[in-house]
Amino acid sequence: MEFAHLIKSPRVEKVLVHRPLNKSAEGVLCITGHHLIFSAGGESPDEFWLIHRIIDLVERKPNTPPAVGGTLVLKCKDFSVISFDFQNTEELNNVSASLDCLSSIENQSLYYPFFYQPAYTAIEDGWTAFRPEVEFSKLVMQQQEDWRISYANKEYAICSSYPSAVVVPKAVDDDVLIAAASFRVGGRFPVLSYRHEGGAVMMRSSQPPSGPNVKRCREDEKLLNSVLKPGMRGYIIDTRHQSTTPTPKSKGSGGFEIESHYPQWRRIHKPIERLQSLLESLSKLVEACLDTGSSMDKWLSRLESSQWLSYVKETMNCACLVSQCIDQETAAVLLHGGEGLDSTLAVSALAQVILSPDSRTVHGFEALIEREWIQAGYPFVLRHHRSALSNTVSRNKENAPTFLLFIDCTWQIMQQFPCSFEFNEGFLLQLARHSYWSQFGTFLGNNELDRHQMQLSNKTVSLWSHLNRPEILRSFLNPLYEPNNRVIWPSVAPMSVSLWPAMYLSYVVEPRIYDDAWRDIAAICEQDKELRSKAQRLRRQLIDLERDAISKGLLDSPSSIGTVFD
Amino acid sequence: MEVIKTPKIENVRMLDRYNNRKPSTGTLYLTATHLIFVDPDAKKETWVLLMHVATVQKLPLSTVGAPLQIRCKTFLSVTFVLPRERECHDLYTSLMQMSQPFHIEDLYCFHYTSSLEEIPRTAGWTFFDLETEFQRMGVPNSNWTMTNLNKDYQLCDTYPQCLFVPSSVSTIVLVGSASFRSKGRLPVLTYLHKNQAALCRCSQPLSGFSARCVEDEQLLNGIVQANPNAKFMYVVDTRPRINAMANRAAGKGYENENFYENIKFQFCGIENIHVMRSSLSKLLEACELKTPSMAAFINGVQSSGWLRHIHAILDTSLLVARSLKEGVNVLVHCSDGWDRTAQVCSLAQVLLDPYYRTLQGFQSLIEKDWLSFGHKFTDRCGYLQSDAKETSPVFTQLVDCMWQLQRAHPSAFQFSERLLLHLHDHVYSSQYGTFVGNCEKDRLDLKLSDRTYSLWGNIASHLDEFLNPLYKSDAYTELLEPNLVPSNILFWRGLYCRFESGVHPRESIADVLLATRDHSTSLEMHIAHLQKRITAMKTLLDVSTPVTDNRLAVDDEDDEQQLGLSLKKSMQVVDDHPLSTSKSADSVFSDGPNIENSITSSYQLRREIDSVCIDWRSLRNIKECVCSTPFDHSSKKSHCWRCGEVFCTRCLDKQTPLPGHATHRPVPVCRACYREVRLSSSSITST
Repeated sequence: MEFAHLIKSPRVEKVLVHRPLNKSAEGVLCITGHHLIFSAGGESPDEFWLIHRIIDLVERKPNTPPAVGGTLVLKCKDFSVISFDFQNTEELNNVSASLDCLSSIENQSLYYPFFYQPAYTAIEDGWTAFRPEVEFSKLVMQQQEDWRISYANKEYAICSSYPSAVVVPKAVDDDVLIAAASFRVGGRFPVLSYRHEGGAVMMRSSQPPSGPNVKRCREDEKLLNSVLKPGMRGYIIDTRHQSTTPTPKSKGSGGFEIESHYPQWRRIHKPIERLQSLLESLSKLVEACLDTGSSMDKWLSRLESSQWLSYVKETMNCACLVSQCIDQETAAVLLHGGEGLDSTLAVSALAQVILSPDSRTVHGFEALIEREWIQAGYPFVLRHHRSALSNTVSRNKENAPTFLLFIDCTWQIMQQFPCSFEFNEGFLLQLARHSYWSQFGTFLGNNELDRHQMQLSNKTVSLWSHLNRPEILRSFLNPLYEPNNRVIWPSVAPMSVSLWPAMYLSYVVEPRIYDDAWRDIAAICEQDKELRSKAQRLRRQLIDLERDAISKGLLDSPSSIGTVFD
Repeated sequence: MEVIKTPKIENVRMLDRYNNRKPSTGTLYLTATHLIFVDPDAKKETWVLLMHVATVQKLPLSTVGAPLQIRCKTFLSVTFVLPRERECHDLYTSLMQMSQPFHIEDLYCFHYTSSLEEIPRTAGWTFFDLETEFQRMGVPNSNWTMTNLNKDYQLCDTYPQCLFVPSSVSTIVLVGSASFRSKGRLPVLTYLHKNQAALCRCSQPLSGFSARCVEDEQLLNGIVQANPNAKFMYVVDTRPRINAMANRAAGKGYENENFYENIKFQFCGIENIHVMRSSLSKLLEACELKTPSMAAFINGVQSSGWLRHIHAILDTSLLVARSLKEGVNVLVHCSDGWDRTAQVCSLAQVLLDPYYRTLQGFQSLIEKDWLSFGHKFTDRCGYLQSDAKETSPVFTQLVDCMWQLQRAHPSAFQFSERLLLHLHDHVYSSQYGTFVGNCEKDRLDLKLSDRTYSLWGNIASHLDEFLNPLYKSDAYTELLEPNLVPSNILFWRGLYCRFESGVHPRESIADVLLATRDHSTSLEMHIAHLQKRITAMKTLLDVSTPVTDNRLAVDDEDDEQQLGLSLKKSMQVVDDHPLSTSKSADSVFSDGPNIENSITSSYQLRREIDSVCIDWRSLRNIKECVCSTPFDHSSKKSHCWRCGEVFCTRCLDKQTPLPGHATHRPVPVCRACYREVRLSSSSITST
């Protein structure tokens, strides 16, 4: 067994477990290399498994001596809090220490996906399903004059967080890209993220360098201007606050495009909260949600002061602005924040949910996550190492729930257009959860280089291979789906933005009632579809019989009779 | 009418909070019942029922004209900019007078007649009857009896004529107790649970600091005795302790546990009507914030206290329901026992008894606990020009609480959110006589059942619109236990922001499900019909097989006659054919063709097939009805079952059986399809 040296008490008897929405139960607790397993004795054996990476924080609360034993509290990344009562202090200490270590391992190659053996063979390999060549093939084929796939970053030398293949304007060659990369923070030069039906494009990048001695970069200007049609202007949408942008020179952050060098571009600031403040916000929200004993006033004031819903609203707002530029004005948009990793990706992905009907299908949404998050180099392992219930000691400034923010915004839009998405909210929940803890390798690695070095595609199974199996996918389909080819404009009024119960309250309010309701909805829709095809089949049968009867002269033909009535 | 000084004002601009840049311009008409704004360019009509007008406010003059803001009891808020100040003032005075008549007989219901109502005026008035409702609960029985003491409302004029009280208590006790209770509202039975636990209601006792009343104590004791399963009962005073204490100074107050045997007394902290009134107006302010931020909105909701009040009402109701479930009697009161008491008693019953979660049961509950027990609808809803301090959104809160319960239990209620909205609209509209008056006696005196329509009659003729497609009658047979953590009590956007067109989901799950259910029903009837036709056709072909062995002879005229005969025979095989059996009054076929000639032509078959649309138009992106009435978030969009197109309710007012349906049930069709069905059926008949 792996990590045997970390597990001093692999099996502890007579542990009392308290789980939200469940009755307390006594049973046996086992620790393995990747899981905590609890099985309750008694008449109805109840068992649950927790993967170590779900644990956000381990709290040990020994009983006050002379009493022995104590309580172990596990705060999890699914926002549940589970506690175990131990009768023996040593076992408590051992288990606590083991879980503390096992849930904090930073060496990714020791994570469960490297050990997980699926009991099925996938029909489609998720590792190859969304390669940029595949994703952009249609675009590059149809717009051969304008766009090309560049392999300038093949060795990840120009930009370590970019994939090896990116789509760039045909008009600029790789040298221009290399020069532009040296001008942008982290080498994240402007690349194509999305091309809308009308031809308007969304590019994304990181910020330009800052400071008084920054020279202009003609290649960067050339790259950007090459996406503009003659006489057209573009928008640079900056997800940082205008006033804070130019100041902190020392850190090397805060650069922006100077108007005089980019005369064809108009810069707009739409600030979105990032990193630490976002995680703090989520923490406050989750803590408020878990505190079921508070009064209505207290709850509402905590909901407000967490600011989470404000951030959701701001992100939606920014995505709407981007979509407006692209759809209504047919203008090009360059989107960036600081490093081009967090708010940039959230907005570019969300804008596509609004703009592109494809991204509202199962395959399209998976592709969107691949393109705009995984391949775009969102550092999932860094960001998701700690979540809302960790404490200030255990988290670091790279931990942030930006991806969760995006998933939440998508849910908000889904609430407003419940028939326009092929998938249901369960699908979104699954994606959010697998991005924090998973038996699959899809969300491992901080960028493509990382994934390449760890040989994830050889050594782990892709989440997409799992999700796209028909028997799994079935439960994530929206029974009310009716493809919607339009741009869907969500409302960003405060009364339209709501707290996502299935995400934040699933351990407070029993979600089963809503699952049942959705099952009923699915049954109603399913029955209707069956009736429809049955009616059509019978009609055909009747018409065949009719034709038969006419040919045998048993019935008048419609043409001869028709003239009588017409 | 003389109060209408200017019936028509042109060049009026209507301001929309979310669309200030492009205000619509049109003409404003003031009629005896409505204020109507017509924007000919946008084909937009806005109707405001004058009885719905809550406040009218003249805003400061601007360069474009004189703005007049109108806020409605349905939470519609509009601002019209009139070109001249004089017109604005005239409209203002007219509205002020017409929205709150001086005499009760000027209310809308007394002159409302409508061709749209397919029901006779009397329908609905006799649907619910207090004695029948108590019989349903098994009352009277050995423990509970009906008393006629209040037959002429001499015991308590705000109570119903028939009262149910413990069998063991005497008339003297009842009279004595009534004299010790505010407004004579003595403790009486309102609901008997199947476990014999009783829910009783009353007003506060006139106890002051130390007064006591032996009869009242005997009555309460009688109530305890009437339940064989519990030795004590709860007395729930729904008020905050401090309010009840303050009432003692006025000679009122609450029960002293030392004087009453076997009671457990508890305060519940639901605020009074004045607090509720100002809470709602603060909530609406939060909804009307200009460019609201998330924080400002949540803050506004919080500081209004509205959700706290909703929570308190639900919390108290659940407490009462749980006690009854455990078999313990509960006596509920507040001050007068007609506001908070009505809320708590009715909600506790909804939680306890699945019957009250059906459409019929819920109406009968409102009849009982709100209308019969004297909730002062006329005063609370502000129908008439009177003391504004008497108005309060007490019933709005009931509807809100019901919505919270519906949300928490999607399959427990037979009716949908739409019913709650409809109910809320008409409680305030006074279009139906149902809610006019302050108590049963008022309504009898006004002879409402002879002079006005009943809302229950109206609902009965539109049942389909109000049903919850997810309802499962067997899903919740026991106590409904909503999870009342604060995060599970939500702001009801669908009511308070109902007319803010931009803030609602663009696709409605409820509407899609209702349409799907209707669509399935239509297909089922069509499939049954097709199956019968196929059977008939097969029989026809089978029977004809020996004849058609000589295929060459098919053209022979004699043969054809022979085949016609066999067709007749084959059709008789289908003896359960609905066209031959149904005698529906609305049937277009009742005097039409009989079975024999109903399949003589393929034209006939074509006509049957064409009469049922298999693919109905999607509800998505339908902005207006063919009559160019624009659809907004709350308007009901209905399909014509024949052509599958979407219409507004006004355009879909016809019903007829379709030739392609096996059963003879009249179904909704648009006017064009109605003519089509009628025409072709009569042309069939004429041949």
